[in-house]
Amino acid sequence: MDSLSTFLDMGGYAAFVWPGYGLAAIGILGLLVTTLRTLRAREKEFAGVRRNRPLSQNVGPGDDA
Amino acid sequence: MHRFANPTTFMRIANAIFPWAAGLSAVLFLIGLPVALVTSPADYQQGDSVRLFYVHVPAAWISLMVYGMMAVSSAAFLIWRHPMASVSARALAPVGAIFTALALVTGSLWGRPMWGTYWVWDARLTSELLLLFIYLGYIAIADAFEDPERGDKAAAVLGVVGSVNLPIIHFSVEWWNTLHQPSIIKMTGFTVDGSILLPLFLMLGAFTSYTIAIWVLRLRSELLAVKLRNARMSEVSLAPSLNRGAAE
Repeated sequence: MDSLSTFLDMGGYAAFVWPGYGLAAIGILGLLVTTLRTLRAREKEFAGVRRNRPLSQNVGPGDDA
Repeated sequence: MHRFANPTTFMRIANAIFPWAAGLSAVLFLIGLPVALVTSPADYQQGDSVRLFYVHVPAAWISLMVYGMMAVSSAAFLIWRHPMASVSARALAPVGAIFTALALVTGSLWGRPMWGTYWVWDARLTSELLLLFIYLGYIAIADAFEDPERGDKAAAVLGVVGSVNLPIIHFSVEWWNTLHQPSIIKMTGFTVDGSILLPLFLMLGAFTSYTIAIWVLRLRSELLAVKLRNARMSEVSLAPSLNRGAAE
């Protein structure tokens, strides 16, 4: 416990070191999350466009693809 | 060069690199963070505030590396007009903006205890702030036109012109008097102790491989955005083509 509080205290520089690492973590993980979300959304939309195109072009029975 | 500009070839190479970059980044962060925060010694002058160095320098390095990649993409777009070049530049700009902001913020948090101030308008800090504005300007201009290809072109010009800022940032600590310390990594060797270099290189590697991995993900995403736009446009042009004889 004592060593943990020493660690968290960062030799008196806790108010600078932790916000620095915290903001870096938010930036790096946030960029990863938003990138993956956008990618998934576009992949989903693109899969939908591919499915719909043959449907709109040859209207009729049997297009279950 | 044209071979790499082919989207299929380009993406095949990018996708082959992705698992290695992502895996390397995860491993280096897992080793680098404990070394940077726990096992590396506190500096004899700066104490534990030196640990900010291990995120500040990598963030600043990435802010320049990404701009270099973006400037090359922009130049390739202007010269060869290949759409893959603008896809690459669009994928990079937000990454560069985030790491530039992180370099500024971590530098500021380090400057407060070491220099006694969060900010000074000196050459290094001001030119790095300008880099952030160039990134933000690029993002704004690329999406400012109804026709995205005009946006690509305008943004590419900014991307190329803005690269004059890169040597200014790099040499600012040598050309002008500044509070900012000069580079510790020189052609002739290092000017600091190995206990600082180990966490620094681990984190530099982690940041760099992360950036490569994110670039590939964003390339896929931006390429899909182009394909979706083309699909929508062909759908729109399909409808009037039913009575093409009358229209043309």
